[in-house]
Amino acid sequence: MSEAPYALQEHFRDLEQQKDAATLGMWIFLVTEVMFFGGVMLSYSTARYLHPAAFAAASHYSDPLIGAINTAVLICSSLTMALAVHASQLGERKPLVGYLAATIVLGCVFLAVKAYEWSHKFHEHVVPGYDFSFPGPEARSAALYFTHYFAMTGLHALHMVIGVAVLGVLLVRAWKGRYTPAYHTPVELSGLYWHFVDIVWIFLYPLLYLIDIHR
Amino acid sequence: MSAVPPVEVEHHENYLNTSYGVWSWLLTTDHKRIGLLYLVSVTFFFFVGGFFATLIRLHLMTPQGTLVDAATYNKMFTMHGVVMVFFFLIPAIPTVLGNFLVPLMIGAKDLAFPRLNLASWYIFNAGGLLMIYSVMRGGLDTGWTFYPPYSSLYSNTHVVSAVLGIFIAGFSSILTGLNFLVTVHTMRAPGMTWGRLPLFVWSHYATSIIFVLGTPVIAITLALVGIERIFHLGIFDPSLGGDPVLFQHLFWFYSHPAVYIMVLPGMAVTTELITTFSRKRLFGYGFVAAASIAIAVIGFFVWGHHMFVAGQSFYASMVFSILSYLVAIPSAIKVFNWTATLYKGSISWATPMLYGLGFIGLFVMGGMTGLFLSALGVDVHVHDTYFVVAHFHYIMVGGTVMAYLGGLHYWWPKMSGRMYPEGLAKFAAVVLFIGFNLTFFPQFVLGYLGMPRRYHSYSPEFQVLNVMSTAGASILAVGYLLPMAYFIWSMRYGPIAGPNPWPGTGLEWLTASPPPEKNFEVTPVVTWDAYDFPNRHDLKYPAPTPGFTPAQTWPPE
Ligand SMILES: [Cu+2]
Repeated sequence: MSEAPYALQEHFRDLEQQKDAATLGMWIFLVTEVMFFGGVMLSYSTARYLHPAAFAAASHYSDPLIGAINTAVLICSSLTMALAVHASQLGERKPLVGYLAATIVLGCVFLAVKAYEWSHKFHEHVVPGYDFSFPGPEARSAALYFTHYFAMTGLHALHMVIGVAVLGVLLVRAWKGRYTPAYHTPVELSGLYWHFVDIVWIFLYPLLYLIDIHR
Repeated sequence: MSAVPPVEVEHHENYLNTSYGVWSWLLTTDHKRIGLLYLVSVTFFFFVGGFFATLIRLHLMTPQGTLVDAATYNKMFTMHGVVMVFFFLIPAIPTVLGNFLVPLMIGAKDLAFPRLNLASWYIFNAGGLLMIYSVMRGGLDTGWTFYPPYSSLYSNTHVVSAVLGIFIAGFSSILTGLNFLVTVHTMRAPGMTWGRLPLFVWSHYATSIIFVLGTPVIAITLALVGIERIFHLGIFDPSLGGDPVLFQHLFWFYSHPAVYIMVLPGMAVTTELITTFSRKRLFGYGFVAAASIAIAVIGFFVWGHHMFVAGQSFYASMVFSILSYLVAIPSAIKVFNWTATLYKGSISWATPMLYGLGFIGLFVMGGMTGLFLSALGVDVHVHDTYFVVAHFHYIMVGGTVMAYLGGLHYWWPKMSGRMYPEGLAKFAAVVLFIGFNLTFFPQFVLGYLGMPRRYHSYSPEFQVLNVMSTAGASILAVGYLLPMAYFIWSMRYGPIAGPNPWPGTGLEWLTASPPPEKNFEVTPVVTWDAYDFPNRHDLKYPAPTPGFTPAQTWPPE
């Protein structure tokens, strides 16, 4: 099973060319993602620059501790993902399945915590455009914080959901023994994607939770 | 139309006859078939956009407006702009000619991701359908620029479905760009080094960079406009604490480079046409290749010239003005190199060459007037006048559409295996050129005299020039309908073209017309530079009459 001819698409010369193409494709895709998130982050920066006090006040609605826990969960999931990639390179089926499953579980934990935080915000009536009340004269500006909070965490969560779904497919295929030392590109590239989504969160956490932490 | 008797198809297996039926097209992953699918889609959108252009020009025949009221007029020019920019000019050359030719030119069997390529076509059409839905439901009136807070708060038209349509179609651009970049990097035939790539490929490479870096930004920006409108949020709305100028920055960060998405592929086509029909190696290959990349890169740093009067700081305006001058340099380098290629070439006046020369002339007009506009002081005077309208139509219609049609004529024998009627095609090219100039040159004068754009009526002294423009537009329409008719005619009745009717030097001319499903019987091994006419004795000289198949030796010695 060292060769996997079914994995080679006919318009490529060999598996190496196919892997080069797929890898470059994933990196370029991640570049487009950077630009995509970059747009929202610029919007966030502008709004925060215009309304620094309101952003600081509004950020207290997001609990840094919960955010920190979620950050830790995601970093652990990146570790298990890296271990999964390593296992796939060695062709170790059972560890691969195990690490993929662990990554999925950690991803789901993150999403569950996120869902809890969101529902909390709904209870506190800080959902702009739906149910919004904020004490003090800065309410209008604080709404901008929450708008960006939901836009950024929502966009990130969407990427997480897609990531979990992709890992689910990988899990089934890994179980069937599809990935070998000669052919494991999908695991590697999904790993790249997973780490990227992780890194986005590393930026979102301080931007949304730690604005006013020193006070 | 000359009565050429239909010639019996020589029976070789090619991408057109390898399978039949609707599903063999709708589920194809062959880049050549997908190119033709795109040809159908963008042609459709071209005529939708053209329909609104027709209404605009008819309306402006009289100073008070002949057809519609002011609100409807706003919708007319908006839908003309949106459909033409996002669903014709941006996709046309890359998705039709680029899709068909990039793999052929680099000696690959297909693009790197064929299924993604097909998905892009479906995504494009899904976005297009949403756009058509918005048009059918009553259209939109924001201008193609969607400036908030008008688009997010005040407009009563179908903004959300329209921005969603553009958002979705954007992913088709992103995926196409990604596919091209990966293909050029990883799928080149043995011996096809970067220094031997046809400049068509270089230009598409540069275009793809813009697709990949720019399109995600417009996607997220329009998504934010949609969200702001649906939930009444204040991201861009100043009454809710947002920043409308932020939108303009984000919008033009994409939409200025998008101008180069439109014109770089046009330059790509023109470069091939000029060198083939001069039968001469292209002058300054390296400069033209580097100029493509330079345009893509510098193009990302000039967006502020759309905001000279929008409240950005004076110093920002000065910097953007200077940078806008800079981007003219690589464009000018290309024009000089084309001209130097023509010099002492053995020029043949085939139809594609007429389009190629037309492109150069009109592009120079559009580019030079662009310099007027990048000058801060002049721009404040002619801003939002017909001068601007004329300027960008010279680039987009005179440049991009001319090149697109030139490219279609040039590669039509490769795509269909048949020649179009040469005499009629020359006539159409001349009609187009005359119609175009009659339509848009008066608009330069109108703008200079102070006629503002986007108004449904104008002062009576502008009528003569407006009537001239409308007359030109009707001539232009004839010029567009003619190729449409004879291309369809030629698919069945055109003379058999043979593998290399012009002859051209690219790899695409070394395979059969139409090419076999996997492009080449044997993967070519490239041992020569691009446009190597002097050393390509296998190419018959002078150019044979269309319909005659010159002897091909393969591989060339
Ligand atoms: Cu511009």
